[in-house]
Amino acid sequence: MIETAFTDLWYGFGVALEPHNIMWCFIGVLVGNMVGVLPGMGPLATISILLPLTFGIKPVGAILMLAGVMYGAQYGGAICSILLNLPCHPPHAVTCLDGFPMTQQGKGGVALGLTVFASFVGASWGITEMIFLAPLLVIAALQFGPAEICSLMLLGLLAGSTLARGSPVKGVAMTVLGLMLGIVGTDLETGAERFTFGMTHLDDGIELIALALGLFGIAEFMKSVNQVSVINAKYAKVRLRDMRPSKADFKRSIAPMFRGTLVGSLCALIPGTGPTIASFVAYATEKKISKTPEKFGTGMIEGVVCPEAATHSSVQGDFIPTMSLGIPGDAVMALLLGALMIQGIVPGPQLISEHPDIFWGLVASFWIGNILLVLLNVPLIGIWVKLLMIPYKYLYPSALFFVCIGVYAANNDMFQVGETVVIGILSYVLLLLGFHPAPILLGFVLGPRFEENFRRAMLISRGDLAVFIERPISALFILLCVVLIGAQIYVRLRGAKAVVPEPDALRSLESAE
Amino acid sequence: MLAPNRRRRFPALGRGLLRKRDFYAGALMILFGLVMTLKGPTYRLGSLMHMGPGFMPTALGVILVLLGIAIAAPAAAVPDGEDEDILPEHPEWWGWACILAGPLAFILFGSYGGMAPGTFACVFVSALGDRSATYKSAAMLAAIVTVFGVSLFHYVLQVPMPVLEWRGF
Repeated sequence: MIETAFTDLWYGFGVALEPHNIMWCFIGVLVGNMVGVLPGMGPLATISILLPLTFGIKPVGAILMLAGVMYGAQYGGAICSILLNLPCHPPHAVTCLDGFPMTQQGKGGVALGLTVFASFVGASWGITEMIFLAPLLVIAALQFGPAEICSLMLLGLLAGSTLARGSPVKGVAMTVLGLMLGIVGTDLETGAERFTFGMTHLDDGIELIALALGLFGIAEFMKSVNQVSVINAKYAKVRLRDMRPSKADFKRSIAPMFRGTLVGSLCALIPGTGPTIASFVAYATEKKISKTPEKFGTGMIEGVVCPEAATHSSVQGDFIPTMSLGIPGDAVMALLLGALMIQGIVPGPQLISEHPDIFWGLVASFWIGNILLVLLNVPLIGIWVKLLMIPYKYLYPSALFFVCIGVYAANNDMFQVGETVVIGILSYVLLLLGFHPAPILLGFVLGPRFEENFRRAMLISRGDLAVFIERPISALFILLCVVLIGAQIYVRLRGAKAVVPEPDALRSLESAE
Repeated sequence: MLAPNRRRRFPALGRGLLRKRDFYAGALMILFGLVMTLKGPTYRLGSLMHMGPGFMPTALGVILVLLGIAIAAPAAAVPDGEDEDILPEHPEWWGWACILAGPLAFILFGSYGGMAPGTFACVFVSALGDRSATYKSAAMLAAIVTVFGVSLFHYVLQVPMPVLEWRGF
């Protein structure tokens, strides 16, 4: 078992080190690192914009690049939090609490240096986990029939929508809305046209890119226009030699780093709990363990490295269910899965055996990408901070053009640009009403496969719904769903208490995904 | 279910319709759900064993209506709280209009004039949405993005869209 994992990994490095693949990986992490720093541009919007540009390149290169954007942005997000007290990206919001005070005390460089190190530790563990766990999961998943796949998807959808931020009921409503949007178009089995309202342009369904860019592009710009304040870069000057931590600092952060990694990898195993939850839990744990909890929030290095390690370990771990089961845990993973599907690759347990180049190439590129990021991050911080000075008023019109041309280029169809505008309006209304639209994408990507498997399961069981609880594995998933909902109701009734104090900066984060 | 909620809400109506965020959130979900529930059966429901194309939409519609009620009912039952405004504190109507007009300008000018006019119009219109923007600054930005965008997308990535071409109405 271990031996095959190593030969496969060796093969993966062969794929990832091909010149064009390494180039795509490099472009991906570089772009990701950049947008991670920019407020108002998240990895979701960036991946959606880049998605149509990847049609021309081979699937391996495309997925390496898009995944690179995802984890590259995590490195960038930390810079923003520590140096500028801007929680641009939800997973790094807690890092502000202790990161920025450190910067004010002139120790911002140390915080950054240790963060980069902690990120690498966290990511490495996440990747190792993926190497050994994913093939095991596949062995189990290959036994799944339609009923098991259905219950597993149900669990994934429920977890993805209720464990994200905001009200769980609203999250589930968004998932259902996403499932509904996935239904639009021609029914694969009967050829019936559903919810097209007579528009032939909708026969092939709503375009994933149009949906993603409406949700995370246009709506995001509408939210941020004239809202992004002038950035205070008073403390943002960091020199390379400032980043070397003292021996004492290094020693202090070793244990929190590993605790964070552990929390992150646990969170990655629970479907639906992405990096944001991992970082918050890690911070809370660290504060609880600490002998001086009252000092948290005043610039404790433990409060920086622990959540950062957790974020990275969880980001890499999130790829496990996505790649091995075809069940994405959050919107970014759903988008990556969508990218694979556009390339004609069917996600699911057969992916690793049918497309080993994609899976093992991706795993190997994680190592390469993370090493590249560590090397890049240090000298580039200065440039990224300068980039932050680009006012939003130049940024969003340019981004809007990229949205338009990207959607157009996907199918050379102007109708879809209009589709994006409509989805953008709807999505902004949803934001105003207090919904978080990210689960829509989850429902949209999984919807057609859910319906297909549900139909198949019903056909096999002759219309008996009991099949879902009669088959043991399926019953386990259903049980987990019930536990999940039960726990939510329990927390609701008891009245949830926030574990982490929310500074004012975090409040602006509401609905910022 | 809805009727008693309505009655309890009535006094609040006078103080502004755009309050009670959750009430409207739920109402919107109920509306979406009803559309699906009513439209779904027209696609043939089928049986559980042989599901027709209408089965899933109808089932989802019913679930969405129930979720909508679950969101709206508690909001309607309690009196107005703080922070219930749907619109943000400073609504940016002009900015929003410009952002939405940008892609529409791209569609219009892109279809009839090609990539260059489409790009220019899109960036120019949307750039006006910023409060500090002037016609001059917007035009400058639009010109720069047009040059860069056309060279990248037309010449490097070869998106099949003419750079400049009058197609007439």
